[in-house]
Order: sequence, then structure tokens, then C-alpha cells
Amino acid sequence: MAEEVKLFRTWSSPFALRVVWALQLKGIQYETVLEDVAKKSDVLRGYNPVYKKVPVLLHNGRPISESLIILEYVDETWKQHSLLPQDPHARAMARFWAKFGDDKVMQSIWTAFVSEGKEQEAALAEASEHLQKLEEELRGKKFFGGDNIGYLDIALGWLANLVRVFEEISGLRVLDGERFPLLFAWLKEFSDAPVIRDCWPSHDKLITKFIALRQLHGAQSSST
Amino acid sequence: MAGRVVLHGMWASPYSKRVELALKAKGIEYEFVEEDLTNKSEALLRFNPVHKKVPVLVHDGKPIAESLVIIEYIDETWKEGPPLLPQDPYERAKVRFWAGFLQQQLFEAVFSVIKTDGEAQAKAVKEVHEKLKVLEEGIKVHEEVLGMKFLDPEKYPRVTSWVKALTELPLVKEATPPSEKLVGLLQFLRARALESAAA
Repeated sequence: MAEEVKLFRTWSSPFALRVVWALQLKGIQYETVLEDVAKKSDVLRGYNPVYKKVPVLLHNGRPISESLIILEYVDETWKQHSLLPQDPHARAMARFWAKFGDDKVMQSIWTAFVSEGKEQEAALAEASEHLQKLEEELRGKKFFGGDNIGYLDIALGWLANLVRVFEEISGLRVLDGERFPLLFAWLKEFSDAPVIRDCWPSHDKLITKFIALRQLHGAQSSST
Repeated sequence: MAGRVVLHGMWASPYSKRVELALKAKGIEYEFVEEDLTNKSEALLRFNPVHKKVPVLVHDGKPIAESLVIIEYIDETWKEGPPLLPQDPYERAKVRFWAGFLQQQLFEAVFSVIKTDGEAQAKAVKEVHEKLKVLEEGIKVHEEVLGMKFLDPEKYPRVTSWVKALTELPLVKEATPPSEKLVGLLQFLRARALESAAA
């Protein structure tokens, strides 16, 4: 039976990139459908009516949305190169930290990126606290998943390219080797890993995109 | 499955309640530690240093936080007893999706209605109806606090009947805190939120 696997994504979405990594690591054949975030296709809206966002994974005609949920689906459907550990407690920890990454780390770094003055200072301080927790969680392992890339590495992988983009544009110091030696080393190991290193979106294109986004947010907040 | 199970929770927290329902549904013996959220126990702060929140499940001395993460852990650890998630990966994905939606989208919106007034509240109310249309979901006790009805059986027949079916389950009935107590707490939270907004 021919298996149909389609991934709806945009060129830059870090959430969609998670699914790309998972599929590539597992060696799954799939088709990419590139979406324009400013003009989403009716097909995408049909498959994700609740959020109308990428990524959406379509497997044999059935759509799944929300990147972390897609990761779990992919791991349960294709058993090679396991992403989540076997032990329930370890699985719970991986899920906990992935949620922490999205809710706290991403949030605070983004706020620091788009804000100014006191608000930026506070957001940066918060981001540092959160990064410190990740630093401790790494605990001298090569990857969060141990010797191999796992679910949590994939969930936090956005740090490996977006932080550099933010730092370059804003001049802020977010994740440096002095304060976060283990995390900093992990960024490099992850970025350079086979499969991962072939998937990064263009750095220059990202710079352009986020400069524009930053201006947009700055303009919006100064007019309120 | 051996091992001491302790749940740090709070009687009014729906997050805490979820975990209780999961434990009860599986027939797992557990100790409940009622936390005073204005004076959190040293144990809670030690078990959940990252968020310092309830619920936290402590199994054999090992803590797990985040209610949905805890529920998956319970399902994976105690295989005897009814499964909480379906077997099929696609069905599991759907359950996880709606659980996330309920938590992030609907619950937050309903709580906004409790905490606001005037124009801000009207906006929040609109948002709630929008979310409800998507899911057809409601929270009964909040209706009493505001004198507003969200769960209209004509507008949201499936959600209304789902909530009814849930609330009639013996294990849910037993675990549900008394309505007057919840209403009292929500009225207090509303008054406090409106005060601080006006200040």
C-alpha cells in the first residue's frame, strides 16, 4: 500500500522544521507543500480549521496539527530511530521541558527581541533564568536525548538558529558560551548534526524577515 | 503497580482536578495534599521548582508537573485499569489536540470574562462564544457567577449533552467540589481582579 505523507510548511517556520527533522531522522519519504503565511491555501485551512497554521502533517489523508503533537504521532507511527525515551518518567520529563521551551523560553526571548528599555531588560533577565534551567537539564549529555538526538532536542532546536538571528539584529547577548557553556556546546552539536544541518532556512532571509517583524512589533507597541 | 503516589493539588483547580479524575478512573490509591496557594508548602516548591504550581504528582518520590504531562504518565505507568488515551496514534493525536485547545484557548477565555468588566468583558465574551462554536464546550459554574449562560442546549447541543454525560458519571460527581464553594471563590477572584484593574 502506497503511503502518502505530506507536510504543509512555510520556508521559515521553526515549528514546521521540527517535523522536517523528525521525518528526516526516521528516513520517511514525504512531500512538502510550501505555504505562504500571508496567503494560506484553502487546502491548509481545510486541514487545520481551528488554528489555520503550519505545520500540518497529512498521513494517508488524515491531518494532524500542532508540532509537538505531530512529533508524538510520527514517533508512534514509525518506530525506527525513537524520539521519545521508553521510560514513562523520562518521557514525562521530555514533554515537560518541551512545553517549558515553548511557553517560557521562546516567550521571554521573543519579548526581549521586540521590546525596549525596562521591558527588554526584564525579559532578558527572565530568559537567562529559563536558559539556566535548560543548562542544568543538559547535565553533561551530548544531546537532551542522550547520545542521540531526541524529542526534546527537536523541540528546542529552534534555539540553534533563531537565537543567533535575534542576537545579530538586536545586538543583545542571549545565549553565550560564558554563562551557558553546556547549552552553547549543544547548539553547535545539534546544528552540525547530519540531517539537521541540511535543513536550516537561509540565514540572510531570516535576518530580513525578523528585522521586518521587529519593526512591525515596535511600531504597534509604540502606538498603543 | 507498587509505589507511593502523592498528589499535591488544590480543591478548585481544574488542572489539579484532571489528575484526580485520572487517578480515580484508573483506581490508583493516592494521598492528596491540599495546597494553600497563598502559602505553598516547602514540598511543593521542592517538587516543582520551575513553576511552583499545582498539580504535582509524586510517584515513588519522583515528581512530575503539568497536568496533561501527568495524565500521559499515569496512562503509560498503570496499564491495568481503563486506558485514558486511545490506542490508535491518529486518535491519540486528536485527543491531545482538543485537550490543548481546551486548556489554552477556551479556559483562558472564560477566565478573562470572570476578571473583566465593561468593554473588555464584552470583548472577552465574544471570544468565548467564538471558542465555543469551535468546540462546543462550556464551564457550568462560571455561568452562575456571572448570571450569563454559555451552555445553551440550542446553540451547543453536543457540548451541552457531553458536559451533562460527564457530570453524571459517579466518579466525576464524587470529585466535583460543591458548587456554592466554587461560586464563592470565583466571586472573590472577580472582585479582586476588578479592583486591581480599577486601581
